[in-house]
Amino acid sequence: MKPVFTRPRSLADVTTHYCPGCTHGIIHRLIAEAIDELDIAERTIGVAPVGCSVLAYNYFNVDFQEAAHGRAPAVATGIKRALPDSVVFTYQGDGDLASIGTAEIVHAANRGEAITVIYVNNAIYGMTGGQMAPTTLAGQKTTTSPYGRDVKLCGYPIRMAELLSTLVAPRYIARVAVNSPAHVQQAKRAIKRAFEVQVNDRGFALVEVLSTCPTNWGLPPKKALEWLEENMIPYYPLGEFKVPKEAE
Amino acid sequence: MAKGKVVFNEDRCKGCELCTTVCPNKILTLDTKKINKLGYHPATVTNPEECIGCALCARMCPDCVIEVYRE
Ligand SMILES: Cc1ncc(C[n+]2csc(CCOP(=O)(O)OP(=O)(O)O)c2C)c(N)n1
Ligand code: SF4
Repeated sequence: MKPVFTRPRSLADVTTHYCPGCTHGIIHRLIAEAIDELDIAERTIGVAPVGCSVLAYNYFNVDFQEAAHGRAPAVATGIKRALPDSVVFTYQGDGDLASIGTAEIVHAANRGEAITVIYVNNAIYGMTGGQMAPTTLAGQKTTTSPYGRDVKLCGYPIRMAELLSTLVAPRYIARVAVNSPAHVQQAKRAIKRAFEVQVNDRGFALVEVLSTCPTNWGLPPKKALEWLEENMIPYYPLGEFKVPKEAE
Repeated sequence: MAKGKVVFNEDRCKGCELCTTVCPNKILTLDTKKINKLGYHPATVTNPEECIGCALCARMCPDCVIEVYRE
């Protein structure tokens, strides 16, 4: 029998600390597959965030640098400018990228830094115990919105992919989800493309990945996949918002 | 004769059941008679001869527990 699915080489052969059923693990694997397929492991440098994926540097067989909360795009900017032949990516949660790190991501995107950003939107702060994030849906209960997010008080959930798409410089911006095998395949293509853009066009690329947090959503992992489908996708539509000109 | 084969790295399994949810032939389940190194009931295959080697289980597994082979 021929192998049709095996662990990608760039994914470290270790047990992760993620909760059972948390889709951070799927997203890690897709990144590792893209790195393998593009054969860029030797020159790839990841930048890890603060959040549940703070230990991401333990899970890839590529170089990594840890950044302060939200500052990964600034750290990635420095690495890429110092080592222009490297392939630099950040891995950031929605608390990290859309809250404390909003300035860094907006300006890195606006400058058109040639980095790849993998933005994991699970509509909550996972690591710190399920507080409301800027991405938390209207009415969604969290530990800091026990009666549900009140948009009059806290504003509306922020759509980062759309917001960043209004900028001139970014080359590729997409939103995908990892709650079903079909969506995982689409996510794989978008993530690979976001790395290809950096390798070929040397421009800014970002993929927003809708992800689950079964633990803080208070749902069994399979129910969390459904919750994402029914609640997140209607508000956060999937698709490519910006593609490189040649491919349009 | 089975068209496919799934191999589990049992001690990495966290028992989340995402694989059992997506298997089109519903031949995956948690082995409640076993407890792995992490303390979970690991996923296993009930009717290996019905595996078609589609790898949907492996693609949904957050922990890269499953390897898939096909004729
Ligand atoms: C400067 C600073 N402020 C606040 C925190 C606390 N903190 C740790 S992780 C986190 C949010 C994580 O949420 P997210 O980025 O959505 O990632 P997730 O854990 O959900 O994957 C916060 C606020 C911190 N570590 N450092
Ligand atoms: S707290 Fe949520 S985001 Fe963090 S590892 Fe657990 S399920 Fe994943």
